[in-house]
Amino acid sequence: MKILVPTKRVPDPETTIRILPDGSGIATDNVKWVINPFDEIAIEEALRIKEKQGGEVVLVAIGQKTWQEQLRTGLAMGADRAILVVAEKPLDTLAIARVLAKVIGDEKPELVMMGKQAIDDDSNQVAQMLAEILGWPQATFASKVELDGTKCTVTREVDGGLETIAFPLPAVVSADLRLNEPRYASLPGIMKARKKELKEVAVDNLGVDLAPSLTVKTLKAPAKRQGGRKVGSIQELVQLLHDEAKII
Amino acid sequence: MGDVLVFAESQHEHFPKTTLVAVFAGLQLATKRGGKCIAVVVGESVDKLANDLAAYGVAKVVALENPALKNYLADAYAQALAELVKSLNAEVVLATATAMGKDLMPRLAARLGVAMASDVVGFEDDGTFIRPMYAGNALATVELTGPVKVLTLRATAFDSAKPAGAAASVEKVPAQLDSGSLKMQFVSFNETKSDRPQLTEARIVVSGGRGLKSGDNFKIVLEPLVDEMGAAMGASRAAVDAGFVPNDLQVGQTGKVVAPELYVAVGISGAIQHLAGMKDSKVIVAINKDEEAPIFNVADYGLVADLFKAVPEMAEEVKKLKHS
Repeated sequence: MKILVPTKRVPDPETTIRILPDGSGIATDNVKWVINPFDEIAIEEALRIKEKQGGEVVLVAIGQKTWQEQLRTGLAMGADRAILVVAEKPLDTLAIARVLAKVIGDEKPELVMMGKQAIDDDSNQVAQMLAEILGWPQATFASKVELDGTKCTVTREVDGGLETIAFPLPAVVSADLRLNEPRYASLPGIMKARKKELKEVAVDNLGVDLAPSLTVKTLKAPAKRQGGRKVGSIQELVQLLHDEAKII
Repeated sequence: MGDVLVFAESQHEHFPKTTLVAVFAGLQLATKRGGKCIAVVVGESVDKLANDLAAYGVAKVVALENPALKNYLADAYAQALAELVKSLNAEVVLATATAMGKDLMPRLAARLGVAMASDVVGFEDDGTFIRPMYAGNALATVELTGPVKVLTLRATAFDSAKPAGAAASVEKVPAQLDSGSLKMQFVSFNETKSDRPQLTEARIVVSGGRGLKSGDNFKIVLEPLVDEMGAAMGASRAAVDAGFVPNDLQVGQTGKVVAPELYVAVGISGAIQHLAGMKDSKVIVAINKDEEAPIFNVADYGLVADLFKAVPEMAEEVKKLKHS
């Protein structure tokens, strides 16, 4: 089975985010770049499926040339090859989905496994958009994926509990936190990754409509919360909640 | 023009508060844009629900019906709604960013050929939208161009609609579906049953973290406080990952975002990703034995204490207060 895993490079989740004075973006000089944590979970799931039933795991990233580093990490985990669609300017979620659809049209995977959201823009849209463009079933926020030939059953984390849906492949699945715990790249894995294929393609050569319909105009910091007050006892706490905050 | 279509999510024959939030926001946006606010209820046979919703001040309620829409499925709902959007010539389509809203609206947006704004927290007068990014550490002003603007809304950022004025008209519309193209199948829903208030609707939320050390401790130590306060119970990601409590209790950047009047964080260190889910609460209380825990930076009242002593004590004090 060929599984395609779109991946994104994001700032490490522990990064202190600093917004540039002109609001045009975030300061990147202190940023450590990593694979989006949800995408790591997707890569792990793809690798487990490949280990069970054979096949190929192909990573795809749409970004700057420097994103090669994150793709090599994914290859070191065990993915077979990677495609970097080089795009110097950021694209909106629909454009990303369209580019992925083009790559998928060429690669023809049976399954697209991806993270449910990128932890930088927190959009949580691309998997759903991609599924619609392809005309495929979608299973978002997956906490369990079961394959039986070409039938896929996915349990999803939804508001009141867990929902199970089923559908034939090919399909798009987006990974949630508890789908699995991703492996670390081993040293032999890292060595092997250097020789695995990492193909670069210029985004403008794909013939995809990249025209944006969402533009980020500016960023600003949210109002800072005043906190830090300490109380000495439970009695004091409950009394303050009653008399001062008037909440209980 | 400038009509706003509100997707009115329903569960078990009633509207969750999150749907009334979408209606409130839809009415606000329609007024700003000089158009009507129309709500749509989707399902197999939804006229009762549609009639219930008609009392909330919208111009019209559409009952979009088809047997294939009995259970929510993304492909069928996206198809049905896309046809309605086109026939109504709606300029804006919105839903609350619930699990259903987040699953459905991007698919609908792609079907309509546009990008969309997720988790919107405000509408600017110039037509742009405000939404959080970087786990809520930045607020982005975004512009949606394109023939239709598709949004999901953060439920905690808006009020909920109240019954208002004369009941609107309800129109039954049979949904146009290409059944040959629908391949998804609903299998089952395993609901986490609870008598407690819903996490996203409760006035008070008491959340537990890894500090509770076990699922049993959630029951023995935390739940008495939760129930004494008539609160909903939440949890940090760490507690859910460790299997202490089910996933739908997770509060955070990638879980539920809550903004109750009172949020009590017990044994929760306060990672950025957790704060993203609760820092808009009106009052925050933190109980943690580590005085350096980042949660104290956002807490209005912080108590450095052993939760295994402090929490039962708090339940006692609250109980005394109730009977005084």
